Amino acid sequence: MQEFFVLFIGAMFVNNIVLAQYLGNCPFIGTSKESGVAVGMGGAVVFVAVMAAAITWLVQRHVLVPFELGYLQTLVFILVIASLVQFVEMFLKKMVPPLYKSLGIFLPLITTNCAVMGIALICQREEFGLMKTVMFAFASGLGFMIALVLLAGIRERLAVRRLPIAMRGTPIGLVMAGLMSLAFFAFKGMI
Amino acid sequence: MIVTSGLTLFSIGLGAAAILGVASKLLYVKEDPRIGLIEDNLPGANCGGCGFPGCSGAAAAIVLGKAPASVCIVADAETSIRVAGIMGQEVIEREPELAIRDCAGGSRAADTFHYEGALDCRAAHQLYGGSKSCPEGCLGLGTCARSCPFDAIQMGLDGLPIIDPEACKACGNCVDACPRGVIGVSGMSARLLHLNQNTDCLAPCRQKCPAQINIPKYIEQIKAGDYDGAVMTIKDRNPLLVTCGRVCPRPCETECRRQFVDETVGINMLKRFVADRELHSGSRLTIPCAKDTGRKVAIIGGGPAGLSCAYFLRRLGHHPTIFDAMPKLGGQVRYGIPEYRLPKADLDWEIKGILDLGVKARVNTKFGVDFTIETLKADGFETIFIGIGAWQASGMYAEGEDLDGVMGGIEFLTAHALGQRPEVGKKVIVVGGGNTAIDAARTCVRLGAETTLMYRRTKAEMPADLEEIIGAEDEGVIFKLLAAPARVVGDENGRATHLEYYEMELGEPDASGRRSPVKKEGSETMMAADLIIPAIGQKPDLACLYEDGDEGSCPLETTRWQTIVADENTFETAIPGVFTAGDVYTGPDLVISAIGDGRKAARSMHYSMMHGDVPISETTQKTMIPYTLFKEIDAMERKERAVMPHLCHGDERVCTFNEVEGAVSENQALAESERCLRCGLICYDTDSAAEARHFGNTTK
Ligand SMILES: Cc1cc2nc3c(=O)[nH]c(=O)nc-3n(C[C@H](O)[C@H](O)[C@H](O)COP(=O)(O)OP(=O)(O)OC[C@H]3O[C@@H](n4cnc5c(N)ncnc54)[C@H](O)[C@@H]3O)c2cc1C
Repeated sequence: MQEFFVLFIGAMFVNNIVLAQYLGNCPFIGTSKESGVAVGMGGAVVFVAVMAAAITWLVQRHVLVPFELGYLQTLVFILVIASLVQFVEMFLKKMVPPLYKSLGIFLPLITTNCAVMGIALICQREEFGLMKTVMFAFASGLGFMIALVLLAGIRERLAVRRLPIAMRGTPIGLVMAGLMSLAFFAFKGMI
Repeated sequence: MIVTSGLTLFSIGLGAAAILGVASKLLYVKEDPRIGLIEDNLPGANCGGCGFPGCSGAAAAIVLGKAPASVCIVADAETSIRVAGIMGQEVIEREPELAIRDCAGGSRAADTFHYEGALDCRAAHQLYGGSKSCPEGCLGLGTCARSCPFDAIQMGLDGLPIIDPEACKACGNCVDACPRGVIGVSGMSARLLHLNQNTDCLAPCRQKCPAQINIPKYIEQIKAGDYDGAVMTIKDRNPLLVTCGRVCPRPCETECRRQFVDETVGINMLKRFVADRELHSGSRLTIPCAKDTGRKVAIIGGGPAGLSCAYFLRRLGHHPTIFDAMPKLGGQVRYGIPEYRLPKADLDWEIKGILDLGVKARVNTKFGVDFTIETLKADGFETIFIGIGAWQASGMYAEGEDLDGVMGGIEFLTAHALGQRPEVGKKVIVVGGGNTAIDAARTCVRLGAETTLMYRRTKAEMPADLEEIIGAEDEGVIFKLLAAPARVVGDENGRATHLEYYEMELGEPDASGRRSPVKKEGSETMMAADLIIPAIGQKPDLACLYEDGDEGSCPLETTRWQTIVADENTFETAIPGVFTAGDVYTGPDLVISAIGDGRKAARSMHYSMMHGDVPISETTQKTMIPYTLFKEIDAMERKERAVMPHLCHGDERVCTFNEVEGAVSENQALAESERCLRCGLICYDTDSAAEARHFGNTTK
């Protein structure tokens, strides 16, 4: 139990996927202008990360390892995740329209998101079991969401402040992301 | 190894493709092909001005019928027509709209504290609602200018945003950005339907005017030489400006802040100046009307209330028909107010302007005789307006008042206006102290009679306007004050020869605050007269409403003053779809009140026809806003008020009906407009502000 708890907290804060591992910076900056959008995007990442980690775990265990194709891992994962996202999008559109409405427009953005990819790859590197993989993916996804929503909150406030023109928009967003990253380093001491 | 990798990836790809292919078949969601087509036609600006998430959102909304084909604010009319074509519908042209700033304060409004935070109105507003002393005015930090995607807003030197009407696309981004509602987007209809709100920038005069005319705006336009603009500003609230420019007793001027420096601004003379310019220009300004709605409305009574109601309904796109019992339209303004105050030719010109917009008129048609509410409804009139005024003269309650030679004030003036030349004889006594009494007295003087005006209190208590009283004195009307009629004495033929009256004295103040007159016992005196005109008061004549001739059969609730009861916000009577306003609702009042209420009724009628119910706002301004009524004015430079010239003098005045008062000259009007302090809710031009503005170096 404790092991899971540590894994959870570790993935969410200490090894935060964006702020400590620097993965998924593109959507992190791109969709953090408004907190409403950030929540939607965060939710989509959690959802896809969990699905992707689970399916790639199965692919790794039952295809790549038995056929000794480990060296194709990255390529295969890209293919699998991209197809998965496409599939999920179609599935949601047909079966769960309300969920599609709130996540729909973000799903295509995640097709090639390196945070999702990174989570799947870390799970393999650490040789987690299926249960742990799902857990880890979920926690990492949440970590992404937290970072995204926090940054969006900050940037919403910044939008009404007086800034030198050169710093407006993405530049100040990156500076803020850097400061947040420093702040998150403080969690390193937790475990 | 290359072969294995290639094969593996190929098979995985193939598998994925197969699964997706099958899935896309199974999970296919039917999407309306029109959405794509429409989206291709939209400009693709994704500005969000339409209120939907991007152009695809707008396209989906159009297909779902949630938005009209013309929803896109960036696209031109052609695009709307193409989109409508895809939808197989006709386009309803959108009324052009513009962002409008309603705040005159800017840097004139004082700061209550020094704000050092972010230079953004929203941020500033978070802190105690902003640093401006005015609770509603512009904070001046330019958030609206930054929010405008079309660069249509610039911050002016006086700390107020300036909107470029050419560039503005009325997207409403500025409205969302402004935390105080200083900027609004509206078109003509919305402007005509707007009622004063407590949050608007309401100078005291604008609060007081019963017709809610934007007075500071038209004075500002006059100052800038834009006389046509001033006329249009007035016509957004009052279609009878030639009339009001002559007869309005100017409630607005009683609230003018300038009176605490020297004298009130001559607001009405400025109105008359621009109105007369149009009148004498030989052409009329074009008055825009909204797209036809094809709805028919009936207006019963063509007095100021009915004319105003018809005018506004026409401008909102409806088709009003006015029914009036008299041979010409105008009501009391034509048949009560005499020629020397308002020439009939000018009134005709003004009424023609309203009819030319497409208002139909049927005169000599009496409600209750020639038609009823039921026949109107059967003829397809969707809503009905009753504005039949107050035409029944109150009696003197004196014995003998039904003798020959006694004629009610209204009756007398109407007969005279109709050209019936009522017999006045040598001596006339007019009883009463209101406008009707004075008008009757001054008319009798002009007909060559020695005229006495009998009033039971003193001159100071007379309800008539001071100018009118002075006019009557100048023309030789004899005032018999503190006297009340006791009985009319007649000869053997039943013709009145004398009026017996009591002397009165003033006692304790009554409910109205005026000292009530008390009879001096035994003071009865006789006064000879050929004609006695009681002009004591009027009330509405509601007989036309009675279903079988007696009072009990009136389908509408009435008050003890014989006025019709209606909802005070919507002016709707107890019969749904039947509205009322003017003297028949308020009792005898002013032209300008009848016009104002006529517009409010028109607004309700418009909403009830188009939306089913009438929106009522909590913040609608009804009484004067207390914090705007202060008397310490920091403007020391005195400027003399212009004097209205007289057009005719001496004998010409007492033996002709030529107009007495004239209009001010252009130079006088410009000088008078300079006296305006450009008030807002609390700000106004102090000496320094006016000076700074003059030299154009106002900075923040
Ligand atoms: C002598 C006099 C002087 C005045 N001077 C001034 C002044 O200087 N300044 C000022 O502001 N106000 C003045 N007033 C007041 C002003 O004229 C009225 O307040 C105003 O005209 C009211 O407008 P209204 O439309 O409600 O009614 P009205 O003007 O009375 O119009 C009512 C209309 O309904 C018609 N009508 C009545 N019964 C029927 C029926 N059964 N069927 C069909 N049609 C019918 C009438 O013919 C008339 O056209 C004066 C009034 C009088 C009498």
